[in-house]
Amino acid sequence: MTASAAATFNKDQAIRIEQQITLRYRFAAGRHASRFFTALRDEGRILATRDAAGNVMVPPRPVCGLSSLPMEEWVEVGPSGTLAGATVVYVPFIDPMTGVKRPVPYGFGLIRFDGADTNIYHLLDETDPARIGVGKRVEAVFKPREERVGSFADIRHFRLLD
Amino acid sequence: MTPVAAAIVATGQTDHVSRRLDASMAEIAREAIDRCLASRNLSFDDIDAIVAGNMEMFEGIYLVDQFFVDALGALGKPLFKLNTGGTVGASVAVCCYHLIASGRYQKVLGVGFEKQSDGSTQAAITTVGDPIWERAVMAGAIGNFATMASTYIHESGVTEEQAAKVAVKARHNACRNPHAHLKLPNLTVEEVLASEYLAFPIHRLDMCPSSDGACAIVMVAGDSADGLAEHPAWVHAAVTAHDQQYMGDSPKRLAVMRSLRAAAEKGYRQAGIADPLRDFDVAEIYEPASYAELAMCENLGICEMGAGGRLIDEGLTQMDGPLPVNPSGGVQSTNPVGATALIRVAEAALQVMGEAGEHQVPEVRRALATGYGGNAWTDLMILSRERPTP
Repeated sequence: MTASAAATFNKDQAIRIEQQITLRYRFAAGRHASRFFTALRDEGRILATRDAAGNVMVPPRPVCGLSSLPMEEWVEVGPSGTLAGATVVYVPFIDPMTGVKRPVPYGFGLIRFDGADTNIYHLLDETDPARIGVGKRVEAVFKPREERVGSFADIRHFRLLD
Repeated sequence: MTPVAAAIVATGQTDHVSRRLDASMAEIAREAIDRCLASRNLSFDDIDAIVAGNMEMFEGIYLVDQFFVDALGALGKPLFKLNTGGTVGASVAVCCYHLIASGRYQKVLGVGFEKQSDGSTQAAITTVGDPIWERAVMAGAIGNFATMASTYIHESGVTEEQAAKVAVKARHNACRNPHAHLKLPNLTVEEVLASEYLAFPIHRLDMCPSSDGACAIVMVAGDSADGLAEHPAWVHAAVTAHDQQYMGDSPKRLAVMRSLRAAAEKGYRQAGIADPLRDFDVAEIYEPASYAELAMCENLGICEMGAGGRLIDEGLTQMDGPLPVNPSGGVQSTNPVGATALIRVAEAALQVMGEAGEHQVPEVRRALATGYGGNAWTDLMILSRERPTP
């Protein structure tokens, strides 16, 4: 069907059906995330879960994927940590929280909180590629209490300590 | 129960481009299918099950398994729809294999397709992030990838020049592939390095394009393969392996790719691969950026860990090297996401069948193909000229 149709296709006749779909979601965070985000919002503390094998994981979770053991113990990690990877982003990307493109450039990195065995992604306050990199020390910078809503974005960004 | 032997006997692809305004999504899927079936004088009457996949959020479509029924020739037949992100095309091939190996189906059609120009890839990529934990601070596929590349550089010592050589190889190889999208016969390392940073250390020319395209394969059971292709591409391994759930869980991400390593270990054991550099004659791997190819070669055991840079410096993965990687031009040259991993499998099959045309590697007996789901999981296939012994 398409071979002959393509051969005779007139580009001026190309019709594109434009649609814009706005969808709204309300994700129940569940008990682990709710406890984590409550502590972040109200106390500026970073909580993780630990299993009997000693694995400490952020985000907190009911079961450890490595050991398959329940993660029953809550421990505090951070707010300082180490970069496990980092970049400076120059192409605008639509911020899923706002629907608006985040201004560029901005720093972005994988952060290992002190005391944790996993990394999280977050924004960095540094846009010089020469100053970021694996092993650099960073610290969470929290939004003021009145701006915190119970989200990872309650951490404004991480600032470099070195 | 012994699995039924399965072989790929036919493939078909569209000519991948950035925007196909002359055809709808269903029409490009059908175009690849028509080419695939016509290559062996097959018809839909021969097919007894269909497996299809794409990144449905990119185009905002959901019931592919309903409204593509006619295009996929699925009326009255089982049509299995998959969506496993970037790996989906390879998942389609793995699923085809399981359907045949189970003994339930004789001839299965696998299809992957994507029309990125129809949709909103940049916005839809947020849906690959966990809504509770990851979306609040995402930086797109490129920000994520660049962060991983920085870890890989730190671990392996690979340089921007070595990555640029991979980018050049891909676009040069693409010139010999009639279906490839980004063909840059005169591209140089200097030009890659001079292209702007999308996100440090990823230059624009280190990254894959955004493509419209589709790919189809026919996989058949046992004896029916021999009458259909002179050299069927027999499946010796079809493996899927997952990593932990959150993006930051895997400590070194691109540098140590846990799901790829797990899939390779299992697949190599099944197919009797002891030394991948020696035992494979060609590889088609899912490298969305130049750095990924080097990191994946390390994790696939094609070279030692940390030796990815030397692999490209010594030309081992070039068309005339001992193990050409991505003779098709790879993902860096063509990325219709839902089709991309199936293209890897189809290209590996073409090489084994000896039908890859101008980008054919001489005397291919065994080929490796991988899909990549942002580290979260890997689909891996090993194809061979030899029919597997039961």
